[in-house]
Amino acid sequence: MEGSSMNNEFLMNLIYIVSSVLFAFGLKFLGSPVTARRGNMLSASGMLLAVLATMGQGHIINPQWILLGIIIGASLGALVAFKAAMTQMPEMIALLHGCGALASVFVDWIAYRVHGATDLTNAVTLYISIVIGGLTFTGSAIAWGKLSGRISGKSILFTGQKWLNISIITAILILGVMYIMHPAYNLFLMILGLSCIFGVFMVIPIGGADMPVVISVLNSYSGVVACTTGFVIHNTLLIVVGALVGANGIILSIIMCKAMNRSITNVLFGAFGNVVKKAASGEKKEAKAVSVEDAFLILENAKSVVIIPGYGLAVAQAQHAVRELGELLEKNGADVKYAIHPVAGRMPGHMNVLLAEANISYDQLLEMDAINPLMETVDVAIIIGANDVVNPASRHDKSSPIYGMPIINADKAKTVFVLKRSMATGFAGIENELFYYDNCRMIFGDAKQTVQALVAEFKSSQQH
Amino acid sequence: MELIYLLFILVLSVFLGFALISRVPPLLHTPLMSEANAICGIIIIGALISAGVEANSPLTIILGTAAVALATFNVVGGYLVTERMLKMFRKK
Repeated sequence: MEGSSMNNEFLMNLIYIVSSVLFAFGLKFLGSPVTARRGNMLSASGMLLAVLATMGQGHIINPQWILLGIIIGASLGALVAFKAAMTQMPEMIALLHGCGALASVFVDWIAYRVHGATDLTNAVTLYISIVIGGLTFTGSAIAWGKLSGRISGKSILFTGQKWLNISIITAILILGVMYIMHPAYNLFLMILGLSCIFGVFMVIPIGGADMPVVISVLNSYSGVVACTTGFVIHNTLLIVVGALVGANGIILSIIMCKAMNRSITNVLFGAFGNVVKKAASGEKKEAKAVSVEDAFLILENAKSVVIIPGYGLAVAQAQHAVRELGELLEKNGADVKYAIHPVAGRMPGHMNVLLAEANISYDQLLEMDAINPLMETVDVAIIIGANDVVNPASRHDKSSPIYGMPIINADKAKTVFVLKRSMATGFAGIENELFYYDNCRMIFGDAKQTVQALVAEFKSSQQH
Repeated sequence: MELIYLLFILVLSVFLGFALISRVPPLLHTPLMSEANAICGIIIIGALISAGVEANSPLTIILGTAAVALATFNVVGGYLVTERMLKMFRKK
């Protein structure tokens, strides 16, 4: 009996190695859109193998409950995956971060109830695991609420927030020391509870355009929790996968922060020192508006057009109308490209997914670094729902809060159209000097309706 | 000794992660993230082991079943939504 159990475990671990390799290949194949689907398939088969190997290992005592859990999880997962609109991807990802972290916390909880904290290593890893797991769960829940509009997406601040946070962190640390010295159940529960509370306060002060960083950081944390849970229950595959996911979140956070020219601490804790927004200063200049008809005449003669989307495109659901406009421009002989800033939207890659959904060929989607050298040769740049990521003040105005942030040089194009509802400021709360440039024209109104009006102009001109 | 062996695996996996993920283009960052969610559902194997350990305590059964459900949600939701997104990336 003992021998066969040993063999089973050996076999299970062998299969875990195969799974790890499949997960690694899955990520490797995500390096290109051509191989990405194959990668997803390999990764999923790695997961299936790991699950079958674990079930076959023979320690499963109450299969009816496990079956129930699998049925509930699989049907909800499939439902959400098929129903979610592409504009809802950021909230879907936040939801998945939260669920993963909560599952890890429950596994830690069971491990503690069944085995207790067996030794020092176990006590320490359990502690780290429930702290990060708890705050990732509630932090993701708040991020989900903000991204889906269930709670205000703005930065929520109140007096004493900083001190409250410091006291919660101190309490978690003190309880942690007590717990590691004497791992009592009530300490375990208190640490878990406080960590959940801290997760809420960690995310509520972070607003709108900083969400890509929050999502990436939570992604990293969800990996760290899987990893620490792997240490708690001595499971190598959890450690490997947790490390992969943790590295993923770190890389994406770094990319997002670089694209905003801010440090991670500034994004996560910056809201506390920075409540007062800079007031609009200097003489009032006049932005020049243009009608759809006049904009059409300029576009009709354009040989190259670059479309720069931002979060406003997602809000207006204008991606399909934009694709139609792009096709008409191409038919008219123009070269059409889409320029995508790394932090456009509410999560890494948000704009790419929206434009791909609208059936725009991915070789037309250019990164900031690829498009900027070409901007001077562009006839018309159309900015749809983007603001801070095209503000030229970042290049020369040292007093600007976004000074130094890499931007798409839309102002270098011969003509710039800005599709915007009003002259309201972007997320950073600052005036965009681009709007007052001589080559810039504003087209006020709902982005989707404006694009549709331009499409209608093109169509009617073709009929004549 | 086992701790050292687990840390060994951890450190090498982090390096592997950095090497693989830094090569994913920004174009695919959203599917990359949902893929990460899906593989993070690997906690399902921990849930399967834990859900089967002690049948006599109601709390353990509830936690175990919930952990299995949440992890399965991640696996199924993550892979399906990644597939849905990747299908849309086409070249003409």
